[in-house]
Amino acid sequence: MTDSKYFTTNKKGEIFELKAELNNEKKEKRKEAVKKVIAAMTVGKDVSSLFPDVVNCMQTDNLELKKLVYLYLMNYAKSQPDMAIMAVNSFVKDCEDPNPLIRALAVRTMGCIRVDKITEYLCEPLRKCLKDEDPYVRKTAAVCVAKLHDINAQMVEDQGFLDSLRDLIADSNPMVVANAVAALSEISESHPNSNLLDLNPQNINKLLTALNECTEWGQIFILDCLSNYNPKDEREAQSICERVTPRLSHANSAVVLSAVKVLMKFLELLPKDSDYYGTLLKKLSPPLVTLLSGEPEVQYVALRNINLIVQKRPEILKQEIKVFFVKYNDPIYVKLEKLDIMIRLASQANIAQVLAELKEYATEVDVDFVRKAVRAIGRCAIKVEQSAERCVSTLLDLIQTKVNYVVQEAIVVIRDIFRKYPNKYESIIATLCENLDSLDEPDARAAMIWIVGEYAERIDNADELLESFLEGFHDESTQVQLTLLTAIVKLFLKKPSETQELVQQVLSLATQDSDNPDLRDRGYIYWRLLSTDPVTAKEVVLSEKPLISEETDLIEPTLLDELICHIGSLASVYHKPPNAFVEGSHGIHQHSADQFAIMKQYFSVLQVWLPATKAKGLEIAGTFSRRQGHMYMDMTFINKALQHMTDFAIQFNKNSFGVIPTTPLPIHTPLMPNQSIDISLPLSTIGPVMKMDPLNNLQVAVKNIIDVFYFSCLIPLNIFFVEDGKMERQVFLVTWKDIPNENELQYQIKECHLNADTVSGKLQNNNIFTIAKRNVEGQDMLYQSLKLTNGIWILAELRIQPGNPNYTVTNPFFSTDIVFAAHIARSE
Amino acid sequence: MIGGLFIYNHKGEVLISRVYRDDIGRNAVDAFRVNVIHARQQVRSPVTNIARTSFFHVKRSNIWLAAVTKQNVNAAMVFEFLYKMCDVMTAYFGKISEENIKNNFVLIYELLDEILDFGYPQNSETGALKTFITQQGIKSQHHTKEEQSQITSQVTGQIGWRREGIKYRRNELFLDVLESVNLLMSPQGQVLSAHVSGRVVMKSYLSGMPECKFGMNDKIVIDKQGKGGTADDAGKSELGGSGKQSIAIDDCTFHQCVRLSKFDSERSISFIPPDGEYELMRYRTTKDIILPFRVIPLVREVGRTKLEVKVVIKSNFKPSLLAQKIEVRIPTPLNTSGVQVICMKGKAKYKASENAIVWKIKRMAGMKESQISAEIELLPTNDKKKWARPPISMNFEVPFAPSGLKVRYLKVFEPKLNYSDHDVIKWVRYIGRSGIYETRC
Repeated sequence: MTDSKYFTTNKKGEIFELKAELNNEKKEKRKEAVKKVIAAMTVGKDVSSLFPDVVNCMQTDNLELKKLVYLYLMNYAKSQPDMAIMAVNSFVKDCEDPNPLIRALAVRTMGCIRVDKITEYLCEPLRKCLKDEDPYVRKTAAVCVAKLHDINAQMVEDQGFLDSLRDLIADSNPMVVANAVAALSEISESHPNSNLLDLNPQNINKLLTALNECTEWGQIFILDCLSNYNPKDEREAQSICERVTPRLSHANSAVVLSAVKVLMKFLELLPKDSDYYGTLLKKLSPPLVTLLSGEPEVQYVALRNINLIVQKRPEILKQEIKVFFVKYNDPIYVKLEKLDIMIRLASQANIAQVLAELKEYATEVDVDFVRKAVRAIGRCAIKVEQSAERCVSTLLDLIQTKVNYVVQEAIVVIRDIFRKYPNKYESIIATLCENLDSLDEPDARAAMIWIVGEYAERIDNADELLESFLEGFHDESTQVQLTLLTAIVKLFLKKPSETQELVQQVLSLATQDSDNPDLRDRGYIYWRLLSTDPVTAKEVVLSEKPLISEETDLIEPTLLDELICHIGSLASVYHKPPNAFVEGSHGIHQHSADQFAIMKQYFSVLQVWLPATKAKGLEIAGTFSRRQGHMYMDMTFINKALQHMTDFAIQFNKNSFGVIPTTPLPIHTPLMPNQSIDISLPLSTIGPVMKMDPLNNLQVAVKNIIDVFYFSCLIPLNIFFVEDGKMERQVFLVTWKDIPNENELQYQIKECHLNADTVSGKLQNNNIFTIAKRNVEGQDMLYQSLKLTNGIWILAELRIQPGNPNYTVTNPFFSTDIVFAAHIARSE
Repeated sequence: MIGGLFIYNHKGEVLISRVYRDDIGRNAVDAFRVNVIHARQQVRSPVTNIARTSFFHVKRSNIWLAAVTKQNVNAAMVFEFLYKMCDVMTAYFGKISEENIKNNFVLIYELLDEILDFGYPQNSETGALKTFITQQGIKSQHHTKEEQSQITSQVTGQIGWRREGIKYRRNELFLDVLESVNLLMSPQGQVLSAHVSGRVVMKSYLSGMPECKFGMNDKIVIDKQGKGGTADDAGKSELGGSGKQSIAIDDCTFHQCVRLSKFDSERSISFIPPDGEYELMRYRTTKDIILPFRVIPLVREVGRTKLEVKVVIKSNFKPSLLAQKIEVRIPTPLNTSGVQVICMKGKAKYKASENAIVWKIKRMAGMKESQISAEIELLPTNDKKKWARPPISMNFEVPFAPSGLKVRYLKVFEPKLNYSDHDVIKWVRYIGRSGIYETRC
């Protein structure tokens, strides 16, 4: 049987003939006719006029024919809404069919018919199907809710379908769960704040169970949904990670990438010094490498994502540079992406290999690829100082090939190398000048002109060279014009005697003959500078230039965080946030962008301790925390300067609690411009003690390659509350009585709407323990103890009147009252 | 999610067009044809964004498959789905060609309706699909009630890849360890990169719902046993293989039948296999790879119009084993005018259309050596660009696993039926093939 014949009928009276055939008495003839209609539909012919005739064929026992008619209906119902109603009866009837395949088919198709009148009739059958005994029907119905929501959101809410859908998350069948999750995720995108999915630990547990059992596609839906969850603490984050990691061995690359997404997001929550954190990082690398042995399209998606991962956490793949070496037969899109990642991973350890590869690539055929390879060599030189010399000689070799675009690209990167390592490689200028004539691209011309101007004093015929560019000044691009103007001014400042005429010429070209305001302005500035004060002009024009950054093309950190939340998706392929390419993108995307921020603030809010303006571009924000019995200073260092920063160190002044860092500052790699690093500095209290005012004041000195900076911050006292601060009941009683009344302090905490048990729980989380609780005359009395790291005990009585939001605290001891009060307020 | 799915022939004529979402219109079909298939320049990415609509495409021979969306979909999933769809179509009607697609368009629409719902991929296991998408509409009407519920529970169930009630007179299984060994070597013989990507393909003809356990000489498992020795590995190297040494596997991925959480916790590979042929696992190794051949190139430019090439290949495995289908491909410059070749073994030919000398040897035993020399005459050109000297590539097939992987056992338990592990006939075969096996010259 061949169906291809249906594609070949395209006579003029076709529609008419088809009509006759559709109404033929013989079943087989009718079926043939419907096939012809579908074939015509596929190639784009309008066969909507046959609507009533096709619908007539719907009442049939033949499942194949029925499916074909449904396919037709889905395509044309919208254009023939009145006639589509004719089909309703048949659908409703099919939804009652004893065969679950037919019930599912009916509900699936009905959802695809976007006609208001039909959707009204859909509700009852859908409600039944959502509770159908057969899982196949339920899983189809789950998706149908999403379809209906797309047509009429209000109706879905009014009819209570969202609740039915939520119930399906607890379904016994894993595929039903997966489809329900997919449908709910999609619906919740249009209700950003509704918490439709209601991700609580119980539901998460159900999802994790279904994850082990459902199809590969279902696993993707569930993982993508999990990645939107915010675990309540690091323990929960870890336990979810543990149950997600097995997915990294799945054959389906989308399952792997979605699992990577969940893990990358939850890594943020795990303490960086825990063993598990390290193990997890190690587990991420092999599956990412394996993705590169897949088909080229998947490799491409994987590489775009790896590009993000390498920027976020370079440690994961730093040992794996070899897998990114380009293969001769890789499609060009794979080659370009690999090259990008190679440069990001290049380091002193692997630079020799990388350079050998890049040199090889620079002789390939594809122009874009070759250019990128040449550029990469330049970037290596700038990134790894030890390799600069080798890179320069490689670039010179490439210039010798005289391949036009290679030469031009090489000259552009050599300019950057000159800027990074001034007064080191100027000996090659002569070779560069030989190629002056072959440069026809603005970038390359500008680069060459810059070099000539910058080193005018070493180039004998600099004036001639620059003059040669002046001839066609007005035909050059703005970039070249601007560079040429500056270069000639530089030349003049260096060799004033011979070049006066030249500089006058360029100034008049720029100011009088040009329509470009930028060029004119710059021309006038130079002109006035030169005519009023040549010394100042020299200082301005020939001033030392700031160093250029080692890393380029880095994605801006907030965007990077957002993209990490979208690993595996189109956003990660485009390296653009979803709202940049999705029409009417809903709030959820913005929402997920904030997620990282929320997760970071999980434990406490960062405060800016050292603003960038006070520290030559270094900004430090931080907070203190106590985790698992240890104290930490959690800080984010941001480099807002134009140069990179290295050689960080930290020191504390003597303080009331003897706090000192137990390890040096864990910043081992240079901090690039616009880069930030999160660190967690472990603290101990074994240092020298000196009473500070206020008591919890800490003075800190931070040093980097630029300077030393000082700031002070307040340590929240609760980080000093130790875990064994629960006093024996008897001891508590005795101690309490022993304290003389004059040592007692009393004060009120205002506006605290919590009952005694919640307060007690919250305080316990911060190592303030409730020793006893009493109820006196309708008031709850809490007796509490805590111990500081220096062994001092603090006792307190907390009186809570139900209905009165103000608490009374009687604190019989010591002067930390303020602290205690503040602490209760915070733990709210 | 996926908004629509189109299949085109090489001319860009649409063969299949199925729209799942309202935001995808008919003009999307044309947009892809104009901007991708008929694009003047070769397309530089498998994902194309045209007017805020994203197109994912893969090509199979000269057929284009394109998935379309306007949303921020899971891109990896879309490609995996397109691959899966190709697999399903191949399983139903063989090669994906224009003719086959036209001949089966009704079937394809039926499949597309089943495996993609509102753009969400559903069960796409051929084993399950074939139970109810048969292209014999009438027959499927006559499933009994039990049959129907068996179909639906299989399609949606935990073991969606296998149906119940399979019976074989003879329980038999075949394991193929298929490896492709990849090499990039410098002209000086230094290994720049080498890795093996392997697959374990299983053909199972087993009755009932057999519980299987697969063991190999994975270093982690062997080391663990060396220390503690687990009870269930009593039948060591039951399927042959002297396998004393173990191998370090960099990473592996499994068919969805394998219980991943069990592998993660105990590193044991247990599963209920699909019926018939499927890929059980894929793996990758980079350490201690046996490189079956070494290529030693020598290229000398004699003046501007002549090249002398000498290439020696050495086989590096047991003399008792035979490599087959050996082919060495030596690229020649575009301005080649004539070539003279002399080879010790096999046949060599200059193929002008491929710009290469192709040297073929049918068989070669281990620890042997062979050589080819060629003189290449060049036309003088004024092309400034130097010849890029593409690497010399090689193809071959050897009867062992270059990674050193050995199958230690594959145990079968079927508690409900009365056959035991010993009654199952098992076959293991190792084939090592060249992947991208290149030596720069």
